[in-house]
Amino acid sequence: MSDVIIGLEVHCQLNKLNSKLFCGCSTRQQGLEPNVMTCPVCLGLPGALPVINKKAVEYAIMVGLALKCKVAEHTQFYRKNYYYPDLPRGFQITQYDYPIASEGVLTVDTDGEERTVRIRRVHMEEDPGRLVHQGSIETSKFVLVDYNRSGMPLIEVVTEPDLRSPKEARRFINKLRNILEYLDVFDGSLEGALRVDANVSLKGGSRVEIKNISSYKGVERALLFEISRQHSMKRRGVKVIQETRHYDDERNCTITLRTKEQAEEYRYYPEPDLVPLSVKGWEPRLRASLPELPDAKRERFKVQYGVSDNHARVMTAEIRVANYYERVAEKCEPRMAATWVADCLKGELNYRDRDVKDAFPPGKMIYILEQLKSGAITDKGAVEVIRTLLDEDGDPKVIILAKNLAKVETNITKVAVAQVLKENETAIRDLRAGKIQAFNFLVGKVMEKTSGRADPTEVNLLLRELLECT
Amino acid sequence: MPLYEESVHKTLDRIRRSKLNAFITITGEDAIRTARGVDDGAVKGRLAGMTVAVKDCITTRDVPTTCGSKILSGYVPPFDAEVVARLKKEGAAIVGKTNMDEFAMGTTTESSYYGPTKNPWDLTRVPGGSSGGSGAAVAGLECRMALGTDTGGSVRCPASFCGVVGIKPTYGLVSRYGVIAYANSLEQVGPMARNVSDAALLLDVISGHDPKDSTSVGEADGAHYTDHLVENARGLTIGVPKEYFGEGTDKRVEDAVWNAIMKLNKLGADYREVSLPHTKYALSAYYIIAMCEASSNLARFDGLRYGLRTGKDENWHTTFSRIRAEGFGEEVKRRIMLGTYALSEGYYGKYYLKALKVRTLIKRDFERAFKDVDVLAAPTMPFPAFRLGERMDDPLSMYMADVDTVPVNLAGVPSVSVPCGFAGKLPVGVQFIGGFFDEPKIIRTAYTFELNTDFQKLPGEF
Repeated sequence: MSDVIIGLEVHCQLNKLNSKLFCGCSTRQQGLEPNVMTCPVCLGLPGALPVINKKAVEYAIMVGLALKCKVAEHTQFYRKNYYYPDLPRGFQITQYDYPIASEGVLTVDTDGEERTVRIRRVHMEEDPGRLVHQGSIETSKFVLVDYNRSGMPLIEVVTEPDLRSPKEARRFINKLRNILEYLDVFDGSLEGALRVDANVSLKGGSRVEIKNISSYKGVERALLFEISRQHSMKRRGVKVIQETRHYDDERNCTITLRTKEQAEEYRYYPEPDLVPLSVKGWEPRLRASLPELPDAKRERFKVQYGVSDNHARVMTAEIRVANYYERVAEKCEPRMAATWVADCLKGELNYRDRDVKDAFPPGKMIYILEQLKSGAITDKGAVEVIRTLLDEDGDPKVIILAKNLAKVETNITKVAVAQVLKENETAIRDLRAGKIQAFNFLVGKVMEKTSGRADPTEVNLLLRELLECT
Repeated sequence: MPLYEESVHKTLDRIRRSKLNAFITITGEDAIRTARGVDDGAVKGRLAGMTVAVKDCITTRDVPTTCGSKILSGYVPPFDAEVVARLKKEGAAIVGKTNMDEFAMGTTTESSYYGPTKNPWDLTRVPGGSSGGSGAAVAGLECRMALGTDTGGSVRCPASFCGVVGIKPTYGLVSRYGVIAYANSLEQVGPMARNVSDAALLLDVISGHDPKDSTSVGEADGAHYTDHLVENARGLTIGVPKEYFGEGTDKRVEDAVWNAIMKLNKLGADYREVSLPHTKYALSAYYIIAMCEASSNLARFDGLRYGLRTGKDENWHTTFSRIRAEGFGEEVKRRIMLGTYALSEGYYGKYYLKALKVRTLIKRDFERAFKDVDVLAAPTMPFPAFRLGERMDDPLSMYMADVDTVPVNLAGVPSVSVPCGFAGKLPVGVQFIGGFFDEPKIIRTAYTFELNTDFQKLPGEF
């Protein structure tokens, strides 16, 4: 039993919305010049007033429902007051009392069992601007501020301290991302889309908050570092103090930001420029609009396509993979399709650290599987086509021709088998003497002769036939 | 020279020669261009060619907007407040931006970084505040009408001290988009003019729903208050809240207000005494709420993006602290510190939440009173304009002057202040307070009173 206690606060940009949380500025800002996607509202110019983006509230409610939360009937925004150059009003508009949703659950797979993680609350808030330092934060002589990000809609998902290991934390984040992408409210592949604060302690010890974790892999790494730091202190008999630490991604360590005594005082109070929002009656409509979520899709895949639990799990872990699979399975034998999508394609993508959205279209996969089924190419050939498509793109038909991947005709294989038998009498003798490995040696020789284009099953069959005759 | 252009030139000359210091910025060229447009027939509208002054906490595109503060030095907004956009749409000739207490925090216009404005009735006295520049400009014939903002009496106080009409509309009736906030939950933009008709006309133009302000209500084009400029007091029941009279109120003011009530009575209105029992808590609740909101609203002024930027840039905390120390005046600092304190952990419930409870009780006082009466009549200010400098060193006695105006802001109801007599040479104002969205009733009452009295006087030349 682990002595580690972890709670997470996950901030996700609702970057599938068209406009920011309180103004009409676009949320599409990737690659823009700094400070061009701004207006008086998100620059906090004096006199400009926020107006709530109703669609953002709907998205937040959908997230709450997907996490099995209670959705509030009335929700309210608060001001969180603190001074920072990325915060153009000197306060952040966020939620405090009356969050949009609370008391939900999310189950994650741990090794061998499922862990139910309780969700304390889901709330909406605006993103501050982005600070740009020259070099590192310590050596930079000045700080530049880009307000393009200011006012980007965020949801913050806060868990209870129910996670027991860094691996579980990573799985929680992945599952959450997965759900948000299923809901089509979030694109986790965009830079800065996700930021995590983690609270971690050892049983009986003080709680340490780690801020500024901004990548999926960083979550696990930051927690691993912090837990080993706390374990080592415990071993040495040093007391862990309650504090907030900053995660330095480049150096992979956490450093003290402030201790409990320096805790910030945010002076939360209700935002007077936004009247309390009644969302009473919104829930049924939004609940009806929820798409099929990962757990439900996984069960359906098992029933509808007869695929294994493992294949179903891998393919539903990302909405784009699941959709890809379904388009292939429409035209091909579903279990075969599952093997090729879940094992081969997904594996090749992982190896290349690429997303399925950057893979070739399902139509090409369907063509490859058709060729495979008809016996025109071998498994090995199919893998080669897939790799070539991922690395160089192109037309699978052309690739098969160009790389000479078409399976060799049976009579050519026969000739090759006969030749191999003639040239390897020693091996045949060994085989007859009971050395089973000699058979595999012969298969290998035939494959060598056909440049690997013979069908191994067919080679097996032909070898047996001819060996029995002689 | 064509009619409107000439008239605007005359007004601008008057402003430039004035001893009042009513304006921080004069927008002569814009006003003249608009007037020419009206003369040509190119510019039309309900305010075509009329000279209007705008309080300097109301944002004007391409025209400096200072809030009477050093900290906004050099700030030129890239957008118009909704009320300014509506003035322009109706062809108003905006002559300039008027002086005010720094960030509207005051009752005298003395805390302006741009120096005090003087009362046109007596240059040794204050014009009231915080919209003192607007009040003095209207009374001093430096514009035909003006916009002020009223957070705790800041339209009605200068109206009373300068002998003009000022309306504090129902909360939500006028868009606050572009109004630089002092205390968002309390303030409204209000019209100031030399007579009720002009004030009603200006209210017609600026009121109405604005999607850019979530707290704004009503129809997009507003109501038609000029339709309620009707001389008729019959059937009207006037409530006289006893808490607004007595101790602390100048006898001459009390007499003038009672005379006004008796006058309306003669014209057919009924009157009766009513009680607003929580009035005595209003001042404390008002100052707590206003200061709490101000402490947060004013946090954005850090010199980073606009406004005052002095000295050498050092690290962030040092730099913005120095800019704020230099840029804000004493009164503003006092209110930011008190508000910050009252919102802090451990004090929030004791001060802010308690003040909100008082606010609810005060709102109920008014709701109960308006079950029995149509409008309330009370002194706007407990005394006439005081001398420049008289209360500057005693903030508490300054705050006390707002005792009759702040309950209206806490409740969110409308009130109009109209001249009702004189204390010596100085004008006195009566306020008619209505229920939510009862602007038609208070305008009718004020108009009827104005038509039947002779207090709409102009100060002598100064």
